[in-house]
Amino acid sequence: MRPSGSMVEVRGARKSYGNFEVLKGIDLSVERGQIVAIIGPSGSGKSTLLRSINHLETLNAGEIWLDGVQVNQPLKGRAFERHINGVRQQMGMVFQHFNLFPHMTVRDNITKGPIVLKGMGRDEADALAAQLLAKVGLADKIDSYPSRLSGGQKQRVAIARALAMKPKVMLFDEATSALDPELVDEVNAVMKQLAAEHMTMIIVTHEMRFASEVADRVLFMDGGAVVEEGQPSTLFTAPTHERTRAFLKKYLNA
Amino acid sequence: MGLDFSVLPPYAELLGVGLWWTIVLTVSAGIVSFVMGILFAVTVLYAPAVIAYPVRFFIWLFMGTPLLLQLFLIYYGLVQIGIDLPALVAGIVGLGLHFAVYNGDIIRAGIAAVDPGQTEGARSIGFGRWQALRYVVIPQAVRNTTPAVGNMMIALLKESSLVSVIGIAELVHASQLAISETYRPFEFYIAAAALYYLANLILEAGLNMIEKRVEASR
Repeated sequence: MRPSGSMVEVRGARKSYGNFEVLKGIDLSVERGQIVAIIGPSGSGKSTLLRSINHLETLNAGEIWLDGVQVNQPLKGRAFERHINGVRQQMGMVFQHFNLFPHMTVRDNITKGPIVLKGMGRDEADALAAQLLAKVGLADKIDSYPSRLSGGQKQRVAIARALAMKPKVMLFDEATSALDPELVDEVNAVMKQLAAEHMTMIIVTHEMRFASEVADRVLFMDGGAVVEEGQPSTLFTAPTHERTRAFLKKYLNA
Repeated sequence: MGLDFSVLPPYAELLGVGLWWTIVLTVSAGIVSFVMGILFAVTVLYAPAVIAYPVRFFIWLFMGTPLLLQLFLIYYGLVQIGIDLPALVAGIVGLGLHFAVYNGDIIRAGIAAVDPGQTEGARSIGFGRWQALRYVVIPQAVRNTTPAVGNMMIALLKESSLVSVIGIAELVHASQLAISETYRPFEFYIAAAALYYLANLILEAGLNMIEKRVEASR
């Protein structure tokens, strides 16, 4: 049964590696068009949570729902493969290290998914790639290989690649953490643009300033649990938990 | 009796035909060894144990025995169980499988060396397991292993001379025919060696071109 009208719904998510529990029962619901930032120290489980939503990590317990469809359905083998491939087409994922395909041009990186998975025609896909690249400010790079791009450009192509599948939600896993500081803003600008277009987004980030600017809601995770959550104006200025205060103090002074 | 290369010209056509068959064998067996190499690599890495283990046994068998013996087994041995392959087919199968085993090992290592983030990137878009391999992982593995696989192709060209023993009139076989008529082994073997060298130069130039194109896309 669909638990609610949310775009993304996480219920009692638990995940362990051996004896180490990374996620200790997380609940999270993200409404359509909402932008949620997840912050927290390294090892707090925030990336694992995000990756679980895309089923790149398998939960030990709990449920993940995307727009009324359970992501981690109890199916087996090929049936699950078919199911998860379909669900993933509706989620855009952006990785810390871009994960662009180095053997393909920027155009092919963007069009491969729509052509192979959605049966889109070559011309339509090329037009889509051109349009998305214009949107991320890289129209002139359509024929380049990723190796010719800067980190910030790579990440913007990766965002365009994810958008090409027309996802219902975009998941950002520390999208700017691997970038040189001067390249962070160009990627943040693209994310802000998506925010302005009311894309549903879940953003795992170390950038408090960006989180406070763009997010509707901020979650602070520590030790595999959500310690505190709220509007950025409240959470960043008047955190109620001691751990949140300590974390923010360290980050904001850095 | 010194060297007298004037014995060669009357046999130019014979040697030319021999070189032609050497090229046919090398190209055909090369394609077999490349395609089967990818299949072996994928099978060993991803197939269920009931398929992967027999294939691994086969690979181990082919790596541990001489090519000459494999050719004898395929051409003379299989007849006994009713599989009568023409010499050329036996030669292509023998050479192809022998080098497929090595190419498979190279490509397997190449696949394992592709960043796991590539698979995650592909899967996150919605590509299935096989699609991620086909469009993302294998093309990169093949590109990364081009120099090593290219060396195997050069070895294959040279080792193709072994199929002369099952009666294929390739370059060495053709030279031997000419020698049996002229009793001039030195001249004809030198001529054959020169032709092998020439063929390898062309093959290497081709491989270099491929490598350059691959480099451009990195």
